[in-house]
Amino acid sequence: MGEVSAPNLEKFSLMTTKLGDAIGWARKFSIFQYPFVTACCGMEYMATACAHYDVDRFGAGFPRFSPRQSDVLFVVGTISHKMAPILKRIYDQMCEPKWVVAFGVCTCTGGFYDNYATVMGIDTIIPVDVYIPGCPPRPENVLDGLMKLQEKIQTQKQEVF
Amino acid sequence: MMDQQGDPLVYIKREAVSKVLKALKEDAGLSFDVLMDLFAVDYLHWEEKADRFEIIYNLFSSTKLHRLFVKVAVPEREPSLDSVASVWPAADWFEREVWDMFGVSFKGHPNLKRILMYEEFKGHALRKDYLYNKRQPLIGPMN
Repeated sequence: MGEVSAPNLEKFSLMTTKLGDAIGWARKFSIFQYPFVTACCGMEYMATACAHYDVDRFGAGFPRFSPRQSDVLFVVGTISHKMAPILKRIYDQMCEPKWVVAFGVCTCTGGFYDNYATVMGIDTIIPVDVYIPGCPPRPENVLDGLMKLQEKIQTQKQEVF
Repeated sequence: MMDQQGDPLVYIKREAVSKVLKALKEDAGLSFDVLMDLFAVDYLHWEEKADRFEIIYNLFSSTKLHRLFVKVAVPEREPSLDSVASVWPAADWFEREVWDMFGVSFKGHPNLKRILMYEEFKGHALRKDYLYNKRQPLIGPMN
């Protein structure tokens, strides 16, 4: 019978943390986003997502076109009243934990639209975590909003479902 | 015969719409084979207009390369006229848009229902007496 030697712990680097912090760290750097793109802000979203600004540096470079597989709902562009029930259904289909980013001033407040067709801010339909105003917002603006979202994900109470 | 920024413009009677427009398309000398546009104007509160609505047909001939504007006055008490969807298939969606936005109906249209707004929408959004900021959301708060 050979002897089982104790593992040499010195060769491992160890770090202690709290479970909530570790989960928050993992969640904030693995954002699977659902781009709900309806209008011109989509161009700026693409500019942010592509190589020059490279949203993948923040771990959010992977768009999932299924709400069931995504964490963050990017609402990009004007939402009309006809579109509103669809947006609500997409939001309801997403699994917890989930966050919503209002991208562009139309989604924040309705923007310069004040008419029979446009929803005056998506927060009248679904809860919003980060507002990124601008018509459209610059990519730097979007990345700033994304970092604010990461900060929120890191510091919030982590529900383990 | 009048002039619409260099192109001829004619007014015709509402009863004659389908007959005249069909003739404009089929006449060999005119051959207006393209319906470029079809839209409506709401002349509410205009003293000089006897009838509230005007439907405007923008015709073009791809062989003769000439244009013609045809206007039809439509009264408020009976906002309807003949459809030309059987003459130009392009008129199908244009007429649905005019129905959706102005509430002018087209007799003989194959599928006259709203095209831009949702079916639950009450009224017609581009009528001058529809308040521009009146909202009828499907979900969410009213205003």
